[in-house]
Amino acid sequence: MPLLTVEGLEARHGLLRAVRGVDLALDEGETLALVGANGAGKTTLLRTIAGAHRASAGRIGFDSADITALPAHRRVPLGIALVPEGRQLFTGMTVEENLLVAAGRGRPGRWTMATVLDAFPQLRPKFKARAGDLSGGQQQATAIARALMTNPRLLLLDEVSLGLSPVAVDQLYVSLQTLLGGGATVVLVEQDLGRALRVASRVVCLLEGRVTYAGAARETTRERVMEAYFGMTGGR
Amino acid sequence: MSGVGDLGVERWTPRAAVFVAAALAVLGGLAFGPALFSAAITERLSALFIYVILAVMWNVLAGYGGLVSVGQQAFFGLGAYVAVRLSAAGISVYPALLLAALVVGGLALPIGEVMLRLSGGEFAIGMWVVAELAHLLVNLDPLVQGETGTSLIALDAFGAAARRADTYWAALAAMAFLLALVFLMLRGRLGTALQAIRDDDVAAASIGVRVLATKRVVFVLAAAGAALAGALWLATAITFQPHAYFSVQWTAYMIFMTLVGGLGTFEGPVLGAVLFFIVETAFGASGVWYLVGLGAAALGFALFAPRGVWGAFAARFSPRLLPLGYHVVLPAGLVPALGKKGEEQA
Amino acid sequence: MIFLNQILQGIFLGAYYALIACSLSFLFGVMRIINLAHGSFIVVAAFLLFVLADRFGLPPWLGLILVVPVMAALGWVLQVLVLERSLKGGLLVPLLSTFGLAIVIDNLLFEGFGADTRSLAPAIGDLAFASWTLSDDVTIGQLDAIILLAAIVVLGGLQLFLAQTRLGRAIRATAEAPDIVGLIGIDARAVYGFATAIAIALAAIAGAFLGLRATFNPYSGGMQLLFAFEAVVIGGFGSLWGTLIGGIVLGVAQTLGAFINPHGFLIAGHGFFLAVLIARLYLPPLAERLRRRGRKAVAA
Repeated sequence: MPLLTVEGLEARHGLLRAVRGVDLALDEGETLALVGANGAGKTTLLRTIAGAHRASAGRIGFDSADITALPAHRRVPLGIALVPEGRQLFTGMTVEENLLVAAGRGRPGRWTMATVLDAFPQLRPKFKARAGDLSGGQQQATAIARALMTNPRLLLLDEVSLGLSPVAVDQLYVSLQTLLGGGATVVLVEQDLGRALRVASRVVCLLEGRVTYAGAARETTRERVMEAYFGMTGGR
Repeated sequence: MSGVGDLGVERWTPRAAVFVAAALAVLGGLAFGPALFSAAITERLSALFIYVILAVMWNVLAGYGGLVSVGQQAFFGLGAYVAVRLSAAGISVYPALLLAALVVGGLALPIGEVMLRLSGGEFAIGMWVVAELAHLLVNLDPLVQGETGTSLIALDAFGAAARRADTYWAALAAMAFLLALVFLMLRGRLGTALQAIRDDDVAAASIGVRVLATKRVVFVLAAAGAALAGALWLATAITFQPHAYFSVQWTAYMIFMTLVGGLGTFEGPVLGAVLFFIVETAFGASGVWYLVGLGAAALGFALFAPRGVWGAFAARFSPRLLPLGYHVVLPAGLVPALGKKGEEQA
Repeated sequence: MIFLNQILQGIFLGAYYALIACSLSFLFGVMRIINLAHGSFIVVAAFLLFVLADRFGLPPWLGLILVVPVMAALGWVLQVLVLERSLKGGLLVPLLSTFGLAIVIDNLLFEGFGADTRSLAPAIGDLAFASWTLSDDVTIGQLDAIILLAAIVVLGGLQLFLAQTRLGRAIRATAEAPDIVGLIGIDARAVYGFATAIAIALAAIAGAFLGLRATFNPYSGGMQLLFAFEAVVIGGFGSLWGTLIGGIVLGVAQTLGAFINPHGFLIAGHGFFLAVLIARLYLPPLAERLRRRGRKAVAA
């Protein structure tokens, strides 16, 4: 029984069909890397799974419940959390407040203020600083930590390394690795294909809103993904 | 008309030509009003013309300029006050009404300079403060004697019938002139600029629309128009009691007429004024409940039908009664749904 | 010394303005809406307290225990029926709808209570005019002192609530990023409902002091809205303590205006407000500094 099932999912931006008939299934403990060119529909797919974007057709199942019609704030208590692209912190509030505002709104679990700070030790000295005053890497860490405070069963990470320095990305992935090692279920969108293949157990490639490749990360070659990335092979 | 192949753009549809001709005929016919109608009807129609001016002018401000003001009674009251002042200074009555509008339009220039820098809600209430201050300052004038007020004594020189007819003609002419002015404005470059500002003033600025300058024109025109309405109202009422003119109720009327008729459309406020006139004629005597109804109607239209009666009608039937905006003429066979896009404006 | 007394009275008056202004400022900070029916809600609360005092002999202090929850519920209804829809309609609709609502409320009050001017002062007996005399010219009304205290308690309480409570933090987060809070489990619509309920409950407290320190009638709401608005603008929009400063500056300007000329009270207040606007226009560096302070205060 997969944790997440997506069937024939469609999502639109006005007239544009950003996601066209996507099927996915994700088991507990899996890490799925979602790759594809800009505008392939990755962000829209994540946002639709999180409930931040309305599905125009299809079905999203989570732990055997149909959640397609639920608004985002009601998916959080079930255990879905999205770290949105561009971090989207409450920049006028402190790091502590950013975490507190999410605390207790999801499920009970192992993530508390203390364990989150253990996972992201770089936040300790910045605990009382305004989120808007942090560096990009610290902001991204805060954004992930904020999502973790809801104790998600499924964590959706959208372009967490976007705009960060290589050092900051490395530091972030050190934290993520411990998280993934702990059996978390994750869907991540990552531009760095090499990194995506290293951390993920499975890879799905989107092109113009459709799945053009899906396979186990271990069996996936860079070349195979690049073909799907640019649409050099049709369908799957 | 510029077209590529069969694709063209038109303003004058045959129906629009007929409608404009009919509208002009009605205005021409109304000019004979005092000869045709009873004294009471003549007086009521003068009031209707003033309502049309108020609605059209408030619509210019809010519907085209995107500026909601709850202080337009400032200009209504100042128009009447300046008319009283000019008349007391010896200027003959009817020219004084027109001159008062121009003077108040001039006063609006510096006021707009300050108020137009405010954002939406701040502008709205800020204008109310301006109206209150104007009221208080007018009260200080010894001629006005505080709330006791004064009257347009010079009108006594006219006989009742002549006064009634002259005021009627003045109101009719003012209404026709302002309607024509707004119409031409909307057809010209200013109209295009206004539409861009209404849709998105930041984007409008980025394509070179001079947002503040355009809003300034709209603000001054709306002020002068409201002042003319105030001066004309004075001519119908003769007495000038400041609180009756500087009352926020005038703005409530303007908002009701514009919202119910159709904010941001040319025809809407005219229709709204006629509807208001009918409602007032039918229920005006029942006082407070009538005002509750006006407020509730404004609330309801704002929430559920922000395009008003005319807007809803136009959206369904696209009557194109006036040669405003541009209609794309598509060759037969092209997607008909695209053709509808052309008339989204006004 | 008479001059000093005028300033002192202006400060107390300013405390009242801060009370009527803080909820206007709060609601704007959260939803970016200026509620044009704000003053009307204050007057509704004053009338409710008047009825409780007049018919049932309930002193306003006790009356508030009933009226505050009722007004909070009204606030929730306001959000659900009017503001929520208005927010979707663009920039103009909230102004138009709340203005229409103000007309409805004012005239319904008139229908119910007539044009008579009322006051809650009789319901509190001697307290309405009791005062401490500091010198021949300087007296402090006990009610005035209570109002100043109430303003500080209300503003401080609101500040504390926003900073320290779960709901307060949710309100601030929603004010900053209404589209994002859903992702951490916050229902923005419910938060707006709570915020509006709080704002209107605060308006109820303001209504009590409107009735206690002065008189009111069904059409008093417009003036309360204007005073509240002026205090908020002078103090910097969205800044809670700025509202107290703005209220006090407005109150002092008015009392000094009245000191100079019998008609000067309102003229000085409105004039001073416009002078502040003009100063901001022509002293842009100052304006920028004030605005930055205002933004920070919304966030903090």
